Amino acid sequence: MSRRARLTLFAIAGPGLAAVLIIGFRGLPAFGDYHDVYGLVVNGVELSMRHATDYVTALNFDVRAFDTLGEEYILFASVLGVTLLLRVMRGEDEEYRAAEHGMSGSSDAVRLAALLLIPSLIALGVYLVIHGALTPGGGFQGGIVLAAAPAAILIAGRYLELKVLCPTRAIEAAEGIGALGYCLLGLGGLIFASVYFKNFLPAGNPGQLLSAGFMPLNSIAVGLEVMGAFLIVWTAFLDQALLVRRRTGEAT
Amino acid sequence: MSFLPYAVAAWLFGVGLWGVVSSRHMVRTIISLAVVQSATYVLLLAIGYRSGGQAPIAADIPPVAKLVDPTVQVLVLTDVVIEATVSALLLALVIQAHKRFGSVDPSDLRPLRD
Repeated sequence: MSRRARLTLFAIAGPGLAAVLIIGFRGLPAFGDYHDVYGLVVNGVELSMRHATDYVTALNFDVRAFDTLGEEYILFASVLGVTLLLRVMRGEDEEYRAAEHGMSGSSDAVRLAALLLIPSLIALGVYLVIHGALTPGGGFQGGIVLAAAPAAILIAGRYLELKVLCPTRAIEAAEGIGALGYCLLGLGGLIFASVYFKNFLPAGNPGQLLSAGFMPLNSIAVGLEVMGAFLIVWTAFLDQALLVRRRTGEAT
Repeated sequence: MSFLPYAVAAWLFGVGLWGVVSSRHMVRTIISLAVVQSATYVLLLAIGYRSGGQAPIAADIPPVAKLVDPTVQVLVLTDVVIEATVSALLLALVIQAHKRFGSVDPSDLRPLRD
């Protein structure tokens, strides 16, 4: 569709959308005046029943654990889509083009900073994943921090080293194990507590690392999956930028 | 100013939508879509806020404290994951479109044959 057609369509549809938006906003509760009970119930029971102190993670990995399964498989499916779309096509092959790596000439100071960044990011990511049920964090947040750690090698201008440190098979295995593990934790609920994704582990002491039932395990499974998923997507894009090229003298 | 968060959400939605409609570069379209989605984050968080409420994390506050609603915060987390997946898929499509049509202008897209 041409730009002019798009703008014309928007001029026609825009006022209608604005009217619907205004009607919708008028029906919202006043800011700060929220009275739905669902969240209050969660705030009330998660500490006493499950001994979890981060109610957001408690909702994510306990009350709505089944919903998180769907969320996780959306991520899984989209990673599948990206790898399918960005596979090496007919008439293309792979060759490393160091000149196109924008950071290939980085200084020693930057390389040292990247080297220091990697262990700190791994420590922070692991902390976020395993303390999800206690303090802000959880599998999704920690997984992305963990994925950022190997990506710091990019700052040092060494993309091929990233491929050596994180072989495609390893990150694919991490993603698969995370997705399968989360699914199996749900099955554990079915077997030991007769409801899919019902907590089946002891609640422990509130505030301690081994508490909140199976939430830390859920968090680790999701963390693995998210880390693998993001590394697969990032390397797929970086391969396109730095490795894949059209074979010369051949039409697609 | 009790309507200010809602106004910010509506403004983000409008700005992002205008970016999608008026875009001449598909990467810009995708970034605009991310702006549209960030309006939903603001809206969800604004809806769940209770005046004087604290973050729903009981690690270091008394259990009787007034807390904001954690449900909408979980929905925002879901929303962020969806946004990341949608952006990744769309960017992959842009790369393929650029290979096929040699352009990243949405006006240059043509139907695929065969």
